[in-house]
Amino acid sequence: MAHGGQAGTTPPTGHAMKRPIRIGAGQGFWGDWLEAPVRQVRGGPIDYLMMDYLAEVTMSIMQKQRSRDPESGYARDFIPLMERLLPDIVRGGVTVCTNAGGVNPEGCAAAVLKTARAAKLKKRVRVGLVSGDDILDRLDELIDKGHTLADMETGRPLSDVRDRVLSANAYLGMAPVVEALGQGANVVVTGRVTDTGLTLGPLVHEFGWASDDWDRLAAGTVAGHILECGAQSSGGNLLKDWRKVRGLRDPGFPIVEAQSDGSFVVTKHPGTGGVVSIPSVTEQLVYEMGDPENYITPDGVANFSTIQLRAAGKNRVAVTGVRGRPRTDMLKVSIAYFYGYKAIGTLVYSWPDAYDKARAANRVLRGRLRDLGLEFEQILTEYVGVDATHGRLAGPPSPDIAEVQLRVGVRAVEKAPVERFTREIAPLVLTGPPSVTGFAGGRPRVEEIVAYWPALIDRREIEPHVRVRVEEA
Amino acid sequence: MARRRNIQLRFLAHARSGDKGDTANVGLIALEPEYYPHLVTEVTRSKVAKHFRGMVSSVERFELPNLQALNFLLHGALDGGGTISLKTDAQGKVFSTALLRMEVSVPEALARHAMKREKREG
Repeated sequence: MAHGGQAGTTPPTGHAMKRPIRIGAGQGFWGDWLEAPVRQVRGGPIDYLMMDYLAEVTMSIMQKQRSRDPESGYARDFIPLMERLLPDIVRGGVTVCTNAGGVNPEGCAAAVLKTARAAKLKKRVRVGLVSGDDILDRLDELIDKGHTLADMETGRPLSDVRDRVLSANAYLGMAPVVEALGQGANVVVTGRVTDTGLTLGPLVHEFGWASDDWDRLAAGTVAGHILECGAQSSGGNLLKDWRKVRGLRDPGFPIVEAQSDGSFVVTKHPGTGGVVSIPSVTEQLVYEMGDPENYITPDGVANFSTIQLRAAGKNRVAVTGVRGRPRTDMLKVSIAYFYGYKAIGTLVYSWPDAYDKARAANRVLRGRLRDLGLEFEQILTEYVGVDATHGRLAGPPSPDIAEVQLRVGVRAVEKAPVERFTREIAPLVLTGPPSVTGFAGGRPRVEEIVAYWPALIDRREIEPHVRVRVEEA
Repeated sequence: MARRRNIQLRFLAHARSGDKGDTANVGLIALEPEYYPHLVTEVTRSKVAKHFRGMVSSVERFELPNLQALNFLLHGALDGGGTISLKTDAQGKVFSTALLRMEVSVPEALARHAMKREKREG
């Protein structure tokens, strides 16, 4: 590889020096920029394309889709993307690792195989299917065995909401990804494998790191964390000196160039926009960070206070020194359950006295909701342009403010009061304070709330159920 | 003792935030390495708790000298968080910028350096 060998570290004794492995991020979430994976594959050399599709509530959305259509339940975008990319992937020897399988990895893998056959790529595409993370059908058995699956935040036992559970998936680590790669898969499709496991898997496969080599596993995990949100580590959403970030029309998604000793360089393809710099990587490192010394994954515990960053050329940041500790006996479980309903109504009030008009409208609206006897778990009023993101810290608005958006949200367990609320927004236009507009979108939508329930479970209850199957197109 | 001046954190640090349930995290990163010691002494857990009084239930702080960063966990910040929260910023994506409004006391010379930097880079 053209960019290899610059991490500035010596290989461990007893290992043959292997060329660096290049892993490119293609998607940071379900709904990310569709062109990114295409540019990542065609814009320069990479060995692996890593695509993370799953956020906390994504699984429940997919479960809902699957309950209506048993063929669905995975990131549908992934299939047309494979249609575009499979010929390049086969020709360039790129391997895809993705958790696009969602709650139906079998369906997703079958769709990839079908796509490969249709593209006349028989025998050139080997799809690795990782399953066994889905424990929805095993919940009662597990609860009966004494696993409370208590909410990690509140401590409540899952039995409190058992009848409303929509999906339940254990976070799997890199091991089944490594196994699929070992069996020759060049497209690995999983369900709820951790974001970081999709990057760590290829590194363990390539370098043969031992499953108790905690420092290297932690290094690969940090590499995965840097890749898992796509362009968020290569100039996207970068606050530091943001005006100087060029080319966000075509941002280069991050690429990790990893060495067998666990050191790696973060970079992007030449000629792309955005920036890979110490600040861009640091902002991603602290994103969604808890206790930095204990970044817990199924594969080990990474210590982010040991990470050393060094500028290593234009759009190149070297990462070294990562230390880790042994994995825990528990796996995290992501459970989604039906909570209730919510709706959000908005109206825009204009100068003069925009803020006062919006506040007067809020009083009228709340009075009417009271008169109707509607009961909500919460009513929240925000004034967009005044206090929506910073609350009281924003201070009073300019008396001359051009417009203020009144944004009122309600939430209830029952649907009826929320439904009735959605009919109380439009009447304010002709029956409330003046200078109001911005109602083109029609009546607010009643949304079902699917809430997240994080829990822990003994990994011995999960690991024997994990299955890896590789099938050739 | 050298003269000091109050300036907004935004001139000393950049930041990014995210969520874990009803907790928002704010990673606060020094704009220049020499600003970091001042973040450590001035942006204390109790001062951040005071800054966000009424908006969060409790605050934890972690130091990352290797990244010249502090990480704050703001518990109870997201009105339930995730899909339950009715807030515009239900996932705490811009809580980081609310911390950058905080005023901190720094030596006059450092304040001047930071303001010059802002003029040049901001």
